[in-house]
Amino acid sequence: MALDRKIAYIDLSTGKTEIKPIPLEVRKKFIGGRGLDAYLLYNNAPEGCDPLSPENPLIVSGGFLTATCASATARTHFMAKSPLTGLLGSANMGGFFAPELAWAGFHHLVITGKAEKPVYLWIHNGQIEIRDAAKLWGKTTTDTQWAIRDELGDQEVKSAVIGQAGENLVRYANVMTGIKNAGGRTGMGCVMGSKNLKAIATRGTMDIKIAHPLEALEFNKKFIEQITTAKVNKTQGTLGTPFIWGATNSWGGVRTRNFQFNQMENADEIEPEAIDDIATKTIGPHHMTGCFGCQVHCRAQYKIPSGPYAGKYDEGPEYTSLGAFGGEPDCKSTETVLTGNHLVNQYGVDNLEIGSIISWAMELYELGIITNKETDGLELRFGNDEALLEMVHRICTRKGWLGDVLAEGGIPAAQKIGKNSFDYLIQVKGMSNLHSDERGTPALALNVATASRGSDHLRSRPAIDLYHLPESVLRKVYGSPVPYDGPLSSDHMEYIGKAWEVFWQENCYMAVDCLGICKYHTVFLGATLPNFEDWPKAIYYNTGLEFTPKEIWDVAERCNNIERLFNLREGLTRNDPVKGDTLNHRYFDEPCRRGAPDIIGAKIDRDKFKIMIDEFYKHHGWDNDGVPTAETLKRLGLDKELTQLL
Amino acid sequence: MEKFLTVNSDKCTGCRLCELVCSVMHEGVSNPAKSRIQVVKWEDEGRYIPMICQQCEDAPCQSVCPVGAISRDKEFGFLKVDYDVCIGCRLCVSICPFGAMNYNKTTRKVIKCDLCGGDPQCVRFCEANAIEFVTADVVSSLKKREGATRQSAASKQSLAIWEHV
Repeated sequence: MALDRKIAYIDLSTGKTEIKPIPLEVRKKFIGGRGLDAYLLYNNAPEGCDPLSPENPLIVSGGFLTATCASATARTHFMAKSPLTGLLGSANMGGFFAPELAWAGFHHLVITGKAEKPVYLWIHNGQIEIRDAAKLWGKTTTDTQWAIRDELGDQEVKSAVIGQAGENLVRYANVMTGIKNAGGRTGMGCVMGSKNLKAIATRGTMDIKIAHPLEALEFNKKFIEQITTAKVNKTQGTLGTPFIWGATNSWGGVRTRNFQFNQMENADEIEPEAIDDIATKTIGPHHMTGCFGCQVHCRAQYKIPSGPYAGKYDEGPEYTSLGAFGGEPDCKSTETVLTGNHLVNQYGVDNLEIGSIISWAMELYELGIITNKETDGLELRFGNDEALLEMVHRICTRKGWLGDVLAEGGIPAAQKIGKNSFDYLIQVKGMSNLHSDERGTPALALNVATASRGSDHLRSRPAIDLYHLPESVLRKVYGSPVPYDGPLSSDHMEYIGKAWEVFWQENCYMAVDCLGICKYHTVFLGATLPNFEDWPKAIYYNTGLEFTPKEIWDVAERCNNIERLFNLREGLTRNDPVKGDTLNHRYFDEPCRRGAPDIIGAKIDRDKFKIMIDEFYKHHGWDNDGVPTAETLKRLGLDKELTQLL
Repeated sequence: MEKFLTVNSDKCTGCRLCELVCSVMHEGVSNPAKSRIQVVKWEDEGRYIPMICQQCEDAPCQSVCPVGAISRDKEFGFLKVDYDVCIGCRLCVSICPFGAMNYNKTTRKVIKCDLCGGDPQCVRFCEANAIEFVTADVVSSLKKREGATRQSAASKQSLAIWEHV
């Protein structure tokens, strides 16, 4: 049963492990995955702890439905206090790791302490072993995984690993599995590096009993039809996420040249079709692959066609690699995008963050805020492909003054560089924004400003807001499982009613993160995809546990509030430009210069945006400072001290 | 004409849903170790090949069985194990050239594909159509066309070269 999956507490300093069951009461309150991780983090991270200290717990989990007979539930979640933001750290990856961990008997791992020398964890069929990783240290993310398989003599072992970026404590290093699946935000790989933990390897052959197997099979068949008939998923399954970048670029919704333009010109070589062409030529017509049990198969396989890494196999590139190595630095070559994507996968570093931060440095260089002295003679200009890739190497190995400074993350780098460099840093809560431009889409701007892990699109983005859907459709989606009769608008330039959309999406994404479901299988890119009404059956048939849609919503709200409480405890205040729910001044002061006619000239209105945030807080039951009221905490059962249920 | 499971590994995305639904269908559990089908992967090259019982005409598992526990199902033509006769020696596991005779560690019995009684769930759930349940003549005519297409393309190319010369 999914219900008999366990939680393991592992202390790397003492080498002690403790395995506990997860009580039913905990499942009813937090379900599992990210939601339960948030509860564990709140209780296990000492207030104000240094993110790189042994006491910062690294929490690893699969979702409640992971490896049950529910498709696309392969997500692995990582949580810790973030070394990048000093606030909530949280990263989520696909692949095959979480199901293997579940077959090995575990849903959650709480890893504390620091090993004296490099180690890796070996978790198999209820057993946990700490093993020497001296031979693995220094290896790339994929070489590490293959070496572990050889050492353990089992090619089916799945590992979550760090590359050199994590070893070198780059503050936005990833945890990786497979070729390119990345737990890639807020520096969870850096936390692993700080613990001398090179990898978590797992292999399991333990049954997960399905409560109602035949019903679960039939329900899953229907679920898959709902997924695969959505047009957006058909496109995802052909072109992958590059199609989103291409489509967004066409109307002027991507960032380029840091934040100077909202559309990339002459982008033909890095349009999704061009990437697809290379995948077809180097792999063949069937070059799409996916995560465990998923029918969307959104990532391409390719070989780098030319350049110093010609012939290397990799997967992707995703939207973020197009942004990081194409749009943002204004580099127009497929080879650069595919090479950059390969480098970040091998080093194990957040492509989004590294692309943003290098583009920021490029703008500073062109403005003369940094010079050849800081770059050690590197011409760090926009459009300089070689300089861009050289900076990736330098950051991941902390080479040179600038490489070392940028590896610390945007806020510390801005403090070291000084002058007015901070004004150009496109970040929220210390984490860089996605390579999208939200000046023409206030709903998306609100999402970015308020996301719990710092600037992020996968926390609460109402992406369907861009589709101009009829209001009746919006009402159907956003009107349940809790009734909403306030305003809703089909106009993406509008401010009214958007706070509710963002609030609803925040709960929706928390729910899928608790269940382990991928965001392409819920209301993210398509309005017809499964949400609260569809999950109770999947949960019941697979686990036997009964939830109503409203109960799932309540769990999501409860978990989102715990994340908020954690952030408030660690220093979030509403208007703090570094740790607040704020946006860079350029969102309000610099109008969009390119794109569709209605986007040109668009910028965010300060006053309307403030009202939007007020509304957003009100929907949560938070006061004007964004602090949950006593009444809200009582309603969610969080009024008493968050006692240890585990 | 009897249908059999044919695999087009080029189309396989490597998602392993077939392993999941197989174990749920037959054992009521999620556990690829108890699936009749398993996807073998070379992740560093992105190659995936689902391995499954081919229901061989001259079946090594049947020939090697010392107690005659393996016979052919009259209705669907698959090879089945009679567990009342099987002594659990696992000779069939060792001899199968496809590794398609599996062993259930919990029940301590050999397990193999039974075509789900005529509606193989691996086929039903494979959206990529990497596994199909068809008769041999359909497969051979498909292969003929594929081969002929390659030949035709080659001859067109050589013709073009001649014209150029």
